Amino acid sequence: MSLKDYERTGTITVDEIKMPSEEHLKRGVAIIECVQEIPCNPCVDACPFGAISMEKLNATPKIDYDKCKGCGKCVSVCPGLAIFVVRIRGENGFVTLPYEMLPIPEKGEVVDVLNREGKVIGEGEITNVRVENRTGVITVRVDKNLIMEVRNICPKR
Amino acid sequence: MRIEEHPILSFERGRKVHFYFNGKKLYGYENESIAAALVANGITQLSKSLKYNRPRGFFCGIGKCASCRMRVNGVPNVRICIENVREGLEVETQEPLAELPSREFDDKGIDTLECDVLVIGGGPAGLCASLEAAKSDADVIVVDENFKLGGQLLKQTHKFFGSKHEMAGKRGIDIAKELEKEIIENNRIRVFLKSSVFGYYESDHGHLFGMAQRLDDMSEKVYKVKCKSAVIASGASENFLVFPNNDLPGVYGAGGVQTLVNVYGVLPGKKVLMVGSGNVGLIVSYQLLQAGMEVKAVVEALPKIGGYFVHAAKLRRFGVPIYVSHTVKEVYGEDKVEGATIVEIDKNWREIPGTEKRIDCDVVCLAVGLSPSVRVVSLTGADIRYIPEAGGYVAIHDDCMETTKRGIFVAGDLSGIEEASIAMLEGKLAGLYSAKRAGKDVNEDKADEYRKRLEELRAGPFGERGRIAKEKIRRLWKECH
Ligand SMILES: Cc1cc2nc3c(=O)[nH]c(=O)nc-3n(C[C@H](O)[C@H](O)[C@H](O)COP(=O)(O)OP(=O)(O)OC[C@H]3O[C@@H](n4cnc5c(N)ncnc54)[C@H](O)[C@@H]3O)c2cc1C
Ligand code: SF4
Ligand code: SF4
Ligand code: FES
Repeated sequence: MSLKDYERTGTITVDEIKMPSEEHLKRGVAIIECVQEIPCNPCVDACPFGAISMEKLNATPKIDYDKCKGCGKCVSVCPGLAIFVVRIRGENGFVTLPYEMLPIPEKGEVVDVLNREGKVIGEGEITNVRVENRTGVITVRVDKNLIMEVRNICPKR
Repeated sequence: MRIEEHPILSFERGRKVHFYFNGKKLYGYENESIAAALVANGITQLSKSLKYNRPRGFFCGIGKCASCRMRVNGVPNVRICIENVREGLEVETQEPLAELPSREFDDKGIDTLECDVLVIGGGPAGLCASLEAAKSDADVIVVDENFKLGGQLLKQTHKFFGSKHEMAGKRGIDIAKELEKEIIENNRIRVFLKSSVFGYYESDHGHLFGMAQRLDDMSEKVYKVKCKSAVIASGASENFLVFPNNDLPGVYGAGGVQTLVNVYGVLPGKKVLMVGSGNVGLIVSYQLLQAGMEVKAVVEALPKIGGYFVHAAKLRRFGVPIYVSHTVKEVYGEDKVEGATIVEIDKNWREIPGTEKRIDCDVVCLAVGLSPSVRVVSLTGADIRYIPEAGGYVAIHDDCMETTKRGIFVAGDLSGIEEASIAMLEGKLAGLYSAKRAGKDVNEDKADEYRKRLEELRAGPFGERGRIAKEKIRRLWKECH
């Protein structure tokens, strides 16, 4: 069996993600970056709209972008911290991501935004912060072209 | 150094107390182990090697490796990683070959305890076994060597995988609290902490174990424990790796560092090299970032990351490099780790010259697998075999978790290295059938449900090792009968 790139690198590329349509992006949808068959399914139970499904415990989660409302409930539940919500409004993009480090940034704070390899690819403004079950669920406003790249933040403090 | 602020944990350290280390007055907290308090005071060299007098630090942090042995209140060979700090304790380093205790103890005699089911080990497997047996009306005694219940759950700050039956989405530390509460509230269960089971003796009526309980004045109270059946869930110990200077203080088991950082909130250093990219290596690396340490790199000898992609992705997002097809070539430093060299290896595991990289670190964590702790179960005469997929020597058992010795059950990491959700389900099975062996009426429909869930958990590609291990064990069990 040949190795998949992500098995060596620990990162996936945008090509490996099922892309939502522009309509979906306007409303906001969850992007699930969970590509392996692992015994896990809390995301399925977490979604109040039945947007995430799974054939069996060891299957990969499938998301139905038509059903997803971008509410972000699944973000803090996922033990793999593998779910992000992305949304486009005008020229602005918004990424909601799980964050379990200190300091937890504050609303209005400008932070560095990082890609899947931890490289700084720009700046963003924090627009929402909630903490659920001790996981921060943080929304950052970024350039709309970056929503499929930004996967982490780094406070400048 | 003690952690003051943590994104997930708030450390309940308890009262500040003073103790003496080689005559010097130090402070610690009453919920800390002596080893943690020493590391917090900057003391990393705990003992010396037997032959060459090389400095040794702690390694496992859970009482398995013996590299932390010291003389406490005159009693030698105390594993200070599972002994709590108390006001006025006198802790001293000892010669590698310890002398006899420097004090006399009153003869406390030997008492006898009786129960239906004795459970050895208070980790997820043992706690679930105790609860299940007690729910089937068995009187249970559960013992653990450590001064806290919970086993490895105590350091698992991450949310669990699995399905909601296995409490997926909950953090290990919270699961430990829930189980502990249930145990304490159940009046069929008696708990003995700081108590080690050390012997097994033939008996006409069921089984007889020897147990020693460490008392506050460091004397020991010995008990005979008579039981109709027993569940042994003594867990596993971390594997070691061979490379130059692998014994320098600063080279720790990943689980040992996880205990120090997540249970006690004590940092062993600032910059870490993680060796091994299985789930333990990946999860611990992430948790060290959360504790404020810098993870310089994760190295993995295989050409691919061993653990789940999602755990690797969490680290990569923070810029932590993961080097596959790499190993640690050597660690250097005077009396403690000052750095390490990593090197690329080819598919025949040979080092590729010229690919060496220096890593500036003061901590090296080994996350290279676990081996079942078979010492207690092997005393019972249960058939033990070497099964690589199970992590080493394991007791052959059937699908009720009973060994070849009637009435002796195993569960959790001891029965094959897997994970906590599986340990809990195996514990439930062992608890149910040990109660049955003790003559209780049990609801075996529940067992079918537990087996089904175990099968589901092991069904995917990551469950393959566990599946193969259990198939081999079942085959050997049939041959034995
Ligand atoms: C870093 C790390 C991350 C992990 N992450 C996950 C995860 O995400 N999900 C998951 O499901 N699993 C995970 N696991 C695995 C999980 O921790 C273990 O599989 C599980 O704890 C095994 O439970 P156990 O009860 O068999 O053993 P333990 O939890 O090790 O408990 C054994 C207990 O027995 C006691 N004991 C041993 N010998 C004696 C004796 N002679 N007398 C008295 N007491 C004794 C010990 O003190 C110990 O408390 C992880 C493990 C590690 C190390
Ligand atoms: S964002 Fe909300 S609606 Fe969409 S999958 Fe997650 S929980 Fe369901
Ligand atoms: S909860 Fe997260 S890690 Fe688990 S299956 Fe769903 S997306 Fe994957
Ligand atoms: S026994 Fe204490 S560190 Fe291993």
